[in-house]
Amino acid sequence: MTQHRQDGDSGARGRPRLVVIGNGMAGMRTLEELLAIAPDTYDVTVFGAEPHPNYNRILLSPVLAGEQAFEDIILNGPDWYAAHDIRLHTGSPVTMLDRVRRTVSNEAGVSVPYDRVLIATGARPGRLPIPGVDLAGVLGYRDIADTESMIAAAATASRAVVIGGGLLGLEAANGLRCRGMDVTVVHLPATLMERQLDAAAGRLLQKSLAARGIRFVLQAQTSALIGDDDGHVRAVFLADGTRLAADLVVMAVGIAPNVDLAQRAGLHCRRGIVVNDTLQTFDPRIYAVGECVEHRGQTYGLVAPLFEMAKVAANHLAARGYSRYAGSVTATKLKVTGIDLFSAGDFEGNEDTEEIVLSDPGGGTYKKLVLQGDRLVGSVLYGDTVDGSWYFGLMRDRRNVAELRGRLMFGEANLGDTGHQGQHRAATMPDEAEVCGCNGVCKGTIVRAIREHKLFALEDVRRHTKASASCGSCTGLVEQILMTVAGADYSATPTAKPLCGCTDRTHADVRHAIRDAHLLSIPAVMHFLEWRTPDGCARCRPALNYYLLSTWPHEAQDDPQSRYINERALANIQKDGSFSVVPRMWGGTTSAAELRRIADVVDRYRIPTVKITGGQRIDLLGVQKQDLPAVWRDLDMPSGHAYAKALRTVKTCVGSEWCRFGVQDSTNLGIDLERALWRMVAPHKVKLAVSGCPRNCAESGIKDVGIIGVESGWEIYVAGNGGIKTEVAQFFVKVKTAAEVLEHTGAFLQLYREEGHYLERTVHFVARVGLDYCRRQVVDDEARRRELFDRLMFALRDLPDPWRVDQPAGARSEYALLGATATP
Amino acid sequence: MSDASATERDSAWIALCDVDELPRAGARVFRATCGDIAVFRTIDDHVFALADRCPHKGGPLSQGLVCGHTVTCPLHAWVIALDSGEAQAPDAGRTPRHAVKVDAGRVWLQAARMPEDADAPSARA
Ligand code: SRM
Ligand SMILES: Cc1cc2nc3c(=O)[nH]c(=O)nc-3n(C[C@H](O)[C@H](O)[C@H](O)COP(=O)(O)OP(=O)(O)OC[C@H]3O[C@@H](n4cnc5c(N)ncnc54)[C@H](O)[C@@H]3O)c2cc1C
Ligand code: SF4
Ligand code: FES
Repeated sequence: MTQHRQDGDSGARGRPRLVVIGNGMAGMRTLEELLAIAPDTYDVTVFGAEPHPNYNRILLSPVLAGEQAFEDIILNGPDWYAAHDIRLHTGSPVTMLDRVRRTVSNEAGVSVPYDRVLIATGARPGRLPIPGVDLAGVLGYRDIADTESMIAAAATASRAVVIGGGLLGLEAANGLRCRGMDVTVVHLPATLMERQLDAAAGRLLQKSLAARGIRFVLQAQTSALIGDDDGHVRAVFLADGTRLAADLVVMAVGIAPNVDLAQRAGLHCRRGIVVNDTLQTFDPRIYAVGECVEHRGQTYGLVAPLFEMAKVAANHLAARGYSRYAGSVTATKLKVTGIDLFSAGDFEGNEDTEEIVLSDPGGGTYKKLVLQGDRLVGSVLYGDTVDGSWYFGLMRDRRNVAELRGRLMFGEANLGDTGHQGQHRAATMPDEAEVCGCNGVCKGTIVRAIREHKLFALEDVRRHTKASASCGSCTGLVEQILMTVAGADYSATPTAKPLCGCTDRTHADVRHAIRDAHLLSIPAVMHFLEWRTPDGCARCRPALNYYLLSTWPHEAQDDPQSRYINERALANIQKDGSFSVVPRMWGGTTSAAELRRIADVVDRYRIPTVKITGGQRIDLLGVQKQDLPAVWRDLDMPSGHAYAKALRTVKTCVGSEWCRFGVQDSTNLGIDLERALWRMVAPHKVKLAVSGCPRNCAESGIKDVGIIGVESGWEIYVAGNGGIKTEVAQFFVKVKTAAEVLEHTGAFLQLYREEGHYLERTVHFVARVGLDYCRRQVVDDEARRRELFDRLMFALRDLPDPWRVDQPAGARSEYALLGATATP
Repeated sequence: MSDASATERDSAWIALCDVDELPRAGARVFRATCGDIAVFRTIDDHVFALADRCPHKGGPLSQGLVCGHTVTCPLHAWVIALDSGEAQAPDAGRTPRHAVKVDAGRVWLQAARMPEDADAPSARA
C-alpha cells in the first residue's frame, strides 16, 4: 500500500485533491453543483460501498412495486464520471480516514491522498434490539441489494411482515403487496406515519391501504423474531403473545446516520457528524453533507434539504465562501400509486397555533392547515394534494397569509389565474394538454423531460422545456407535475433564490450591497459581488440597473445597454420589429389640439394602426424605429412610459365635475397624481386609478394604488392587479384631502421602489413583506411617511421627459441605420 | 442567386463604420439587398454580424440585450450565440452569419451570407 503523504496542495494534475466518501445522492449532487460553478478546481476521487453508480434512492419504491426498472433510476452513469475525469472506486467501503497522513483507504486496499474530503455516507436502517434480527430473511430497506432481495423473496415466499408504519415501511408494504405477498404491518404508535400525519389523516390512509389487502396491527410491540433450523425467519412474536407467520421481515424502524468512519477518524459526532453552516466538520479540510450530518441539532431524512446542503458545500469547496445553510423546512409525499398524501411542517400544532380543517371521510378527503399568527406553519393533505406545493411554498417563504386566509383552504386555483382553461390539476391532465400558454409546452413534454433528464428542480424544468419560463403563471402546475413524476417534493427551491445564474446572491443581498458599499455602476456591483460572468445576462443586468438608479438617484450611472429594448428605444417593440408610441394623456383627458397633432403625425408617418388602449389613452402602432424621434417631436406630447417599468397610467372617471353620482373630483386628483409621479421608475410597472364614488368606474380595485372618493374623503387601496392573476386591491387607509392622498400614495410607492425586487409588482411585494408592515411604515409613522415621500420627490426632481428630442437619449445613434452612413 | 453582379457586390467587403460608432454591448443595423444585417459589438470589443432575424419568429436580434458573446432576442428571449448563430438549448435553430472584420478601427462586412450558412433556414418574418 502506498501511503506516503505529499506536501503542498496539489494532485497529479497540479490541482488540489478532493476525495468523496459515499457515492449517493447528496455526495454526487454536491459534485454536480461544484462542477457547474468551478469545473476544473479539483482532482476528484469517489469511493462508494455499493457496486453501482449513483442512483435515485427515492425511486426504489416504484422499482419494488414493479412500476420502474433499476436502469430507469440511475442518475449518474459510468460515462458521467469518465466525462468529468472522476476516478470511481465502487463495491468496497472506505475503512479509514487518516487525518494525520491525509489519506482515505478502502477495504480493497486502495489508498488516496487528499487535500479536501467530502463525507456523504448517508444512513442505514435502524434495527430493533430484539432476538432474531440476524436471521436470514430479515431485511432493512435502503439500497438496491435490499430491494433485489425483497423482489426475490416475493417470487418464492408468501408471507411478509413489515415492522414500522412510517413512510418507508408503508412503501415497502405496498411494493410487496403489489408483488402478490400477503403483508402485515406492525406499528408501535396508534396511527400510521405519526411523524407526518395527524390521527385523522392516518386513519384515512390506513383505510385505503387496508382496501388493497394490507393488514395492520397497531399499538403493537415486536418482542422477538423466530427462525427455523436453517436460520431463516419464520415468525414474528409480539409483546402481547401474538404470533405472526413470516417468510420475510422488513424492518423499517427509522434510520441511523452512518458516522462510524468519521467517529473513528476522531471527528466530533453526536447523532450525526456535526457540521457548521458551511457544512464543515470540526476538521476544516473535511466537509460532510446528507443524511450522515447533524446541523444545528437536526438530522434529515429527505432529499430536498440534502440538495440545499449540496449547494452550500459546493460553494465553499469552490472557495467562494459566502453561502450558508440555515436548515430546511421539509415536506413529505407518500409514493404509493393511487394514494395522495402530503404533509409538511408542524402539522400537529400547539397552544400558539390555530387550525383550519376540512374533513370529508366519506369522500376520502382531509385537509388541515396549521397557522401561527399570519403564517402557515404546517399542513396535512389527504386525497387532494393538488395544493401541496403551493402550501409548501407559502410556508417556506414565510409568506404573510392574513389576507388569503378566507380562501386558503380552497387552494391556489381559487385565487383566479387566467389562461389555463381553469386547469389546475396536473395529475388528471392529459399529456397533450397545454401547461405553459406562453411557450406552448404541453404536459407530456414536461413529463418526458423530467424522466429523460432526471430533473429535480423547477429551474431545471424551465431550462429544458421553457415551461413557466415566461410569465410564470403556470409555475404551480409545473411544480405539481414535478411532484407527481418525480414522486416526492424535491422540487423545493430554496427560499433564498439567487438573482440569476450569474450569481448566488439574492435580490436582497444585491440591494444591500449597493446601498452599504455605495456602488454606482453595474461593473462595480459585479466586481464587488464576484459575478461569475463577465457582463451578466439578460436577467441580472436590467435588475442591477434598476437597483442602482433607485438607490442612488442622480448619482448612479445609467446603462442603456442593460435595459430591455423597449426602455432603450423609449417605445414598445412589436412582433414585426416596428414600434408603438403611447403619448401621455393626463388622467385619460385630451384636447382638440392634441388630437389634431396626433392625426397629423399618423398621416405624415403613415402609421397603420391607431388604437384606444385599456389604459385610457391612444396607441400608435407600427412606427418604424428611425421615425421615432420625429414622431415624438411632432406629437409634442409627454412620453407615456408605456415601454418602461415605471408609472404607466392613472385612470380616472368623470367624477363630481360632471357625473350625477360623483362625490369627489376624481379626474383632477388623477391628473395631479399623474403629474406628480410620472417619470417614476419602479421594480415593475405601476398603475393607478381614481374613481369619484364607490361605483368605481375607473376600476380602482385592481390597481397598484386605487383611490375611491366617498362623501367624507378618499379611500386608498393598494396592491391590486388585473393581469395574469387577478388580485383585488386591499384597503390601506382613508384620508380627507387630496394632499394626503398624494403623500400616502407617494410614500407607499417609494417603499416599494426601495424594497421591492425587480419585476415584482406591488401585489407580490405586499404579499412578501405583509400589508401590516407597509401600514406601519406609511400610515402609522408620520415621520417615516414624510421621509419616504421626500426621497421620492428628490428622485423625481428635474428628471427630463425622455422623449424630448434635444435630450441625449433622443439623439442617440441607436435610431439611425448603419447603411445610411456607409458607402458600399 | 441568379443575378451575377449582385452576387459579386454582396461578396465584396464593405466599409461600414468605425468600431466606436457601434454601441458597446449593443448593435446597429445595416440594410443590405438580401435583408437587414445586425452588426454587434460585445463588451470585450469583438464584432459579429448576423442576419437580423431570430430563428424563432423572425424577431430583430439587433434590438436584443447583448451579454458575453450572446444576444437575447427581444421578442421571446431566445438566446443566440453571436459566433455561430445557433440558438441555445432547449431552443433549436440557426441564424445565418455574415463575415465581418475590424481593420485599424474600421468595421468591414460582406453582405453575402457566409458560404457554410448559405443554406441556413431563413426565419419566418
Ligand atoms: C396597449 C395595451 C393593450 C390595449 O391595446 O389596450 C397593452 C399592451 C401590452 N401589455 Fe398590457 N396593455 C394594456 C393594458 C393592460 C391592462 C389594463 C390596464 O392597465 O388597466 C392590464 C391589466 C392591469 C394590470 O397591469 O394589472 C395589462 C396587463 C399586462 C400584463 C400582466 C401584468 C401582471 O402583472 O400580471 C403584461 C405582462 C407584463 O407586464 O409583464 C402586459 C404587457 C403588455 C405588453 C407591454 C406586452 C409586451 O411586453 O410587449 C403589450 C405592449 C403592446 C404595445 O406595444 O403597446 N400587460 N395590460 C394596454 C396599454 C395601456 C396603456 O395605455 O398603457
Ligand atoms: C426506499 C426509499 C424511499 C425514499 N423515498 C423518499 C422520498 O420519497 N422523498 C425523499 O425526500 N426522500 C426519500 N428517501 C430518502 C432519500 O433517499 C435519502 O434522504 C437520500 O438518499 C440520502 O442521501 P445521502 O447521500 O445522504 O445518502 P445515500 O443516498 O444513502 O448515499 C450514501 C452512500 O454512501 C455509501 N457509503 C456509506 N458508508 C460508506 C463508506 N464507509 N465507504 C463508501 N461508501 C459508503 C452508501 O452505500 C451509499 O451508497 C427514501 C429512501 C429510501 C430508502
Ligand atoms: S396586448 Fe396584452 S393581452 Fe393582448 S396579446 Fe399583448 S400582452 Fe397579450
Ligand atoms: S422571435 Fe426571437 S425569440 Fe421569438
